[in-house]
Parts: sequence; structure tokens; C-alpha cells
Amino acid sequence: MLDTVLVILLTALLAIGALLTAMTSRLLRAAIMLAVTSAVLTAIMFRLNAPLAAVFELSVCAGLVPAIFISAIGLTRRLDPEGLKARFKDRIKRYWFLPVILVAVAAGLSQIHFVTDFIVSAPDSAGETVQTVFWNTRPLDLLGQVAALLAAAFAVVVLLKETTND
Amino acid sequence: MLPLFVLVPLALLMIVNLPVGQFLRRWSWGLTLLLTIAQAAALICFAPHLKAGGFLATLIPLTLELDNLSCVMLLAIAIVVGASLLVARGTVSGMKQLSNFASLVLIAMAGMNALALLRDLFSLWLFFEVVGVASFVLIAFRRDRGALEGAFTYIILSGVATVLMLGGLAILMLVGRGESSPLTFANVQAALQISGGLTAARLGIGMFLCGLLIKGGLVPFHGWLPGAYSAANAPASVLLAGIVTKATGVYGLMRVVSSVIPPTPGVNAVVLFAGAAAVVIGALGALYQSEMKRLFAYSSISQVGYILLGLGCGGPLGMLGATLHLFNHAIFKSLLFVNAAAVEQRVGTTDMTRLGGLGSKMPWTNVTSLIATLSTAGVPPLSGFWSKLIIVVALWQGAHYGYAVVAILFSLVTLGYLLLMQRKVFFGEMPAELANTREASPSVVISAVVLAGITFGMGVLFPLLLKTFLLPVKSIFPLQ
Amino acid sequence: MTEAVLLFTVFGIGVILTAIVGFYCLLTTKSLIRALIAVEILAKAVTLLIVLCGYLTGRMALAQTLAITLIIIEVAIVVVAISVVLALFKQDGDADATTMRTLKG
Repeated sequence: MLDTVLVILLTALLAIGALLTAMTSRLLRAAIMLAVTSAVLTAIMFRLNAPLAAVFELSVCAGLVPAIFISAIGLTRRLDPEGLKARFKDRIKRYWFLPVILVAVAAGLSQIHFVTDFIVSAPDSAGETVQTVFWNTRPLDLLGQVAALLAAAFAVVVLLKETTND
Repeated sequence: MLPLFVLVPLALLMIVNLPVGQFLRRWSWGLTLLLTIAQAAALICFAPHLKAGGFLATLIPLTLELDNLSCVMLLAIAIVVGASLLVARGTVSGMKQLSNFASLVLIAMAGMNALALLRDLFSLWLFFEVVGVASFVLIAFRRDRGALEGAFTYIILSGVATVLMLGGLAILMLVGRGESSPLTFANVQAALQISGGLTAARLGIGMFLCGLLIKGGLVPFHGWLPGAYSAANAPASVLLAGIVTKATGVYGLMRVVSSVIPPTPGVNAVVLFAGAAAVVIGALGALYQSEMKRLFAYSSISQVGYILLGLGCGGPLGMLGATLHLFNHAIFKSLLFVNAAAVEQRVGTTDMTRLGGLGSKMPWTNVTSLIATLSTAGVPPLSGFWSKLIIVVALWQGAHYGYAVVAILFSLVTLGYLLLMQRKVFFGEMPAELANTREASPSVVISAVVLAGITFGMGVLFPLLLKTFLLPVKSIFPLQ
Repeated sequence: MTEAVLLFTVFGIGVILTAIVGFYCLLTTKSLIRALIAVEILAKAVTLLIVLCGYLTGRMALAQTLAITLIIIEVAIVVVAISVVLALFKQDGDADATTMRTLKG
């Protein structure tokens, strides 16, 4: 019973976090709410026995990514209070029915009786750990991650470095 | 042997960017070009001897496999990347910029090589992403407004596609439960054969395909493609149009349709319809373009439609036609973009309303562009004729008469709009301000001549190639 | 109701709701950075879906590797996208006012 409450609570928090991220009129707050959403997701991952992925989610998605966002947001134009008020009204106009949609969809989905026959809670495959999967069966993925990160490093060099004539 | 195709480009990337002064970076362009030549040579000379396993594979257990489709793809990758590098030599200024360009090309090349060799749906997505990240930067390379906006649009759409692909994969994982590695092509196919009727299975594979189509810029999600192509700088557009969209979208789709989705008449009918739609939409869109690169981008959409038509036939002959057209299309479309780059280099614009009469000033560009045009339209004896012929024959054999007629008819439309382009750019009256135009720089001309030579040579020597090199392609499909 | 069915139902609804928010935000926004944040919200939904499906099939190790790979790629994409936004900012003087003209057209 306690577990059921916890699961439902976490899901609600996740949805609300995403909603607030989308709806706040200030980008800075949106970035912070994104971090909070990630933190909720981390908790959900712990509940689903995924501690390693959860650690990554917490350090990278709740830490690094919002930090990158905030560094970029620092360069945006600051709105005066008048402008902020106008923007807030504009956002309310565009977003007011999103919570309504969400509640309606959630209510609708919880009423549908899903076909869950094909779900049997299977025992965890014996002897399989993240390390063995990464190094023994999916080393190609590690290579892909390295390549993508290298490409991202080049993005910074190519796009942000001042061009010098040599 | 096979891991080398992925590891060598990445190793070279590391080496040329070692922080030991500018010495190594000076060589990065040359070394990258050398690598593409080596890859092409290795495939032409040793293709039958390349195989999975061997000493290296036990040392580095990457799960790679090679078949004829992979071979064709790897060869096309080597040729087009080489051509793009040659164009970069003539159009990218500054040693540092050229070195950065070569490094990004190396990442894209490693990613595309991996795509051609891997046999796992999740890795497929991952290397889509690797090639994608490299191409975002390549599009934005010029750093003007259009290029940056094009890159950002691509990033956002690619993000949506990622969500669709991975959501689909997660659902497929749920369906293919109990397998030891539930995401390899073979295992997903087995799972789909058992429980393909489940709504969940259909949803999963459908979402994955939607994401794949968005990332590859295929019909009906082709909206972003012409914009991104024309915004990128010349060598990047050669690379993107010539090979990146082929190695990701078209090749990915061919793989998924031929070795993941269980072959059923329903799937083939959908592929055929999508192919015919792409042929028509692309050709009609191309009729209304006044900018060279945009016109070629629409033409690409149309040519990809032919590949889908071949694929949708479902037999070995159709598969042969599709594979061959994939290769030919990569070559002659790159050639067209190289020609656009030549015009852009000397005139500064590719807007056809401001061009004219360049034929006498740029003879090499003129002739090679004519060869590419005729090959795209399927005029004998150029390479495009043979692949289109095989596709039409396959359609006819499969009793898809309507689609065969569409294929032939829109070949004529292709000829029409490309000859119109040829007339506007290279013939006709020359505007006064273009009187001082010169032929493009040597490296661009070399690139165009090599590609034109391949198009011409493939066409003339086709009967010979068919027996030795191409017929084995059929082995991808079991002979019925 | 077994535990698996409960988790499937509740977290499944969570995934769908988060995805709806992400798509809605992406479609209505004009700001580049917020579009990127919307893609991040979508990525959250799909990460949860992968972990959930891994849990339900008893393949947590596999699901965790996939989730970690996804997170790494997310970072690479965000870095590239923010670089593009900053490069645009250098031209305009404001990183937020840039609207996505190309996505509409």
C-alpha cells in the first residue's frame, strides 16, 4: 500500500515538474525546474532498481545539463517588469489548457483496462551487470558515445572560437 | 578486420588533434583523404576476403557483420567523403578551419562505417546520433544565420526522432522478452514473427520507423531537408546530400525493411506506395525551385523514391536494383552538389535566375554536370540507366504495372527539370557581371571528374560488373 | 494487482503525460532555448520508458546501459545545440529573441 502511494506520488511529481518546466515564463526557472524533474526521475530509477543509471541521471541531467542551459540563459536579454508581465499573460493564454489536457488524459488512461497479459514480472537475469553488458556485449556503444562526445567538443571549437586568420 | 573501419577513423582523429603544436594538424586533410582512398581500395581489392571474426575481432569484440549491401555502402562512403574533402580544399579557407572540417568528416565517416556494419537496433540509433552530431556542426560550419538556423532545426527534429525511435525500441524490448540480446536485428525479427500481431509490437516498430524517416529526411518527413542542404557550406552539402542521408535514412530503412520486419505483402505495399509518393512529390517540388542546391535536394527525395520502389518489390531483383541505385545515386548526386559548389565558388551564388552561359567559362563543370544530369534521369549508357532499368523490370515482374509506369514517367520529368537547370546555368545568355568567371579550383574539378568517371565507367562496364560484383548482392535476400 | 502491472500502469501514464507536455511545449514555443528544454523533457519520458521496460522484462543491466548511453548522447546534443544558440547570439545580441523561422517554413 505504501509502495503504491509512493509510485503514484512520484509519477505525479514527474508530470508536475515537466508541466512547470514548460509553463514558467522565465527561462532560468525553466532550467531549474528541469533539474528538479530530473531529480524526481532519479528517485523513480532507484525505485526501479536502476541505481547506476540513476546516478548518471542525477549528476549529468540534474547537474550538468541545467548548468549548460543556465550559462546560455545568462546571455539572454533581461526583461523589465512590464515585459515580464506581458510575457506571463501571453504564456498563460497559450498554456492554460495544458494542465486540463493532462488531467483529462490521466483520468482517461487510468480508466482504460490495459491488456497486461504479456507482462510477467520476470526475475533479473543472473550474472548480468552493467559492466558486463557494456564491455562484453555492447562495446560498440561505448565507441559511439566517445565519438559523439568528440563531435560535441568540436562543435564548441568550431562554433564558438574566434576565427583567426593564419 | 571489420573493427578497423570504425577504429581507424577515430584513431586518426585522435592523432591529428594531439596537442603537439600545429605540425600534425597541417596533415589532417591529407591523411583523411588518404584514409578514404585506402578504404575504397581495400573494398575493391579485398571485398571477398573481408569477413567478421579474425584476430582483431577477438581482441576487440565489436559486434559487426559484413554483407554485400554493407560493402556497397562502405565503398560509397569512401568515395563521397573523398569528394567532399577535395571540395573542402578549394572552398574552406584557413588551415585551422580545414583541419576542423577534416576532423568532423572523420567522425561522420566512423559513424557511417559503423552503421553499415552493425546489426543491432539500439546501436543503429546511437550511430545515427553520432553521424547526426557531426552533421549538425558541419551544417553550422559557415556560422551565418541561415546555416545556424538550419542546424538548430535539424537538432530539434532529430531530438523528436530520437524520442520516437527509443520509445519504439523500449516497446520492442517488452515484446521481445526472454531473448539474450533482445535488440539485434535477427532477434527482433524473430520476436515480431511470433507476436507481430500484438498492438504493442506494431506500435513499437511503427514509432521506430517514424523516427528513422524523420532523421533520414525521407517522405513524408522531408520538410527540413532542402533548407538544411542549401544552408550548409559547399563541401558539407556534398557530404550531407551525397552520403549522410543515404547512410542514415535510406540505408537504415533498407536494413530495417529487409532484415528486421518480417516480409509480408502488406509491408511491401506500404513501401511501394511511399516510394511512388516520394518519386512524385520530389519531382514536382523540384520543378518549382530556382536555387540549385534546393533543386538537387528535391531531386534527391525523388531518387530515394526509386530506391524504395525497388525495395518494395520484395524480391532479390528489386533488392539488387535498390542497392545499385543507392550507390549510383550517392555518386551522381554528390557530383551535382560538387558542381553547385564549383558555381558557388566562382560566382558566389547558386540562384539560377542570376546565372547563365557558364558553359564556356567552366567547361569541366559543364560536362560533368551534364553527365550527372543524364545519369540521374536514367539515360543509357550511364550508371543511373541500369539501376532504374533493374527497378522497373523488378516492378514489372512483380505485376506492379502502375508503379512501373510512374517510375518511367517521372524519369522523363527528372530529365526535364535537370535539363532546365543545365540550360539556365550553363547555356543561354551570360549576364554581364559573370564575364570574368573562371573554371573552379583544381581540387573541385578533380573531384567532379572522378565522380563523373565513376558514373560513366559504371555505365559502360555494367555488363562486366554485373557478373563479378553485383549479382552477389542478391544474397541479402534468400532466393525464393 | 501485481507489482508489475501497477508499475506498468502508473509509470506508463507518467511517460505519456510527460511526453504530452514535451510535445506541447515544443509546438507552442518560439524561443530556441525553450525548444531545447522541451526536447529534454521528452528525453526524460523516454529514459523512464526504457528503464521501465527493462524492469518489467527483468533486464535491468541492459536497460541501465541503454539509459546511460542515452544520457551521454543527451549531453552531446545539448552542448552542440547551445553552441549553435550562442553562435546565433553573437550575431543578434540576444539568445532568446531568435525565433525558429526555419522550423515553420
